[in-house]
Amino acid sequence: MHLDHPETFPHRHTWSSAAPTLPDGTRRALRIGLGGPVGSGKTATVAALCRALRDRLSIAVVTNDIYTREDADFLLRNAVLPPERIAAVETGACPHTAIRDDISANLEAVEELEERTGPLDLVLVESGGDNLTATFSTGLVDAQVFVIDVAAGDDIPRKGGPGVTTADLLVVNKTDLAPYVGSDLDGMARDAKAQRGDLPVAFTSLRGEDGVRPVADWVLERLAAWTAGRPVRAAAV
Amino acid sequence: MSTRRTALLLLADGRFPAGAHAHSGGAEAAVRAGRIDGPATLAAFCRGRLHTTGLVAAALAAAACAGCDPYALDAAADARTPTPALRDTARKLGRQLLRAARATWPAPELHAVAATRPRGLHQPVVLGLTARAAGLTPHDVAQAAAYDTVSSPATAAVRLLSLDPFDATAVLAGLADAMDAVAAQATAAAEAVLATGSTDHLPAASAPLLDITAQQHAAWPVRLFAS
Ligand SMILES: Nc1nc2c(ncn2[C@@H]2O[C@H](COP(=O)(O)OP(=O)(O)OP(=O)(O)O)[C@@H](O)[C@H]2O)c(=O)[nH]1
Ligand SMILES: [Mg+2]
Repeated sequence: MHLDHPETFPHRHTWSSAAPTLPDGTRRALRIGLGGPVGSGKTATVAALCRALRDRLSIAVVTNDIYTREDADFLLRNAVLPPERIAAVETGACPHTAIRDDISANLEAVEELEERTGPLDLVLVESGGDNLTATFSTGLVDAQVFVIDVAAGDDIPRKGGPGVTTADLLVVNKTDLAPYVGSDLDGMARDAKAQRGDLPVAFTSLRGEDGVRPVADWVLERLAAWTAGRPVRAAAV
Repeated sequence: MSTRRTALLLLADGRFPAGAHAHSGGAEAAVRAGRIDGPATLAAFCRGRLHTTGLVAAALAAAACAGCDPYALDAAADARTPTPALRDTARKLGRQLLRAARATWPAPELHAVAATRPRGLHQPVVLGLTARAAGLTPHDVAQAAAYDTVSSPATAAVRLLSLDPFDATAVLAGLADAMDAVAAQATAAAEAVLATGSTDHLPAASAPLLDITAQQHAAWPVRLFAS
């Protein structure tokens, strides 16, 4: 509190995710962003995470579809969560703007979910499929996952870019397809290591039994850090 | 005239993070219907929007900036917005702008609106309060509101039609005099509201086709823009 401030306001102003508490003083939900190119498996990962964690955590999801309600509808159809826990944000032909440059619609969606169904433990924000430079603002999420897949070319980790290089977790999905598309998983792992240093990489196949486990474990670690008031971002641990 | 030019530039910048990028100002529906198909029809669309919705928005913003009661102005905005879809959009954009405004130019008045009206006020009203917090004049914000009315359809048309961006920008430049005239008219109306305490002095120009297509657009299953 600044002593020279002429007025004091009784309520807290949470303009961004920077403030860890809600207006009522309780700790808000951990917010994790999932980004990555079109079709890499973001929605499939969100759905699998919800199924793996919903029995022990209170979860909600925000989707950012580019021009349809595909993602939100997929989650609804598959009943991974009750409808009141899923919100869709429209992005005006520019999915990266909505998660990075102008996060107001997403923040509003997150807060509405928290008000409507809270208290929540975890909010997953799925970006619309975008390019390799799309990252989430730290004003919107506490940590982010970048999902790529083996079938879109095994040179993506080598190409780098902000998503691959700086995401708190890089997920290389659809490993079950590697033999059919001739992708070199060891090479991808080496390139990812060269781009990311000690930041973690998970290879997943969501076709397999419990295929989302490495991502779910990572989320639970972040949540433990969040709940304990420790830094959430892998880089800061 | 205000001396705080830079604050006005900041507020009128399309990159000001208040959610406008996801809205086309009716352009998406007009493009689909074939009413906007190039620079000439974009200019006609923008001119129509400016003199109807734009004039009303500019007057609301100027009045809020001048210190008129924002809740009375919000009710007046409702009365001038017959379609539920456009009311929802205006309040949603109002909430998003309020969030950005409170972080950019924190002021007790803005915080009070957030506390008493969590569902938001119409965007032009919030724009006026924001300008007031930023030390701008009613005329300044009327200009910003007028510009906002035409810049969002122009930006959207570039994305929807792959229109040459230089042409779209030239369309906006060509509307400069019209925008100034609308801002002047809106400022005069705001002064009358302030002097009499009656929102009846606000203009009530409307564009029925924009109202109708906005309501239809809100029900499209597949669209690029939220409005
Ligand atoms: N073989 C295989 N297919 C997968 C895997 N994960 C997802 N898919 C399939 O890949 C397709 C795209 O998956 P989504 O989860 O919709 O991808 P997305 O990243 O959400 O796509 P957008 O939201 O459109 O960018 C779907 O048909 C999924 O069933 C996987 O591990 N293996
Ligand atoms: Mg998806």
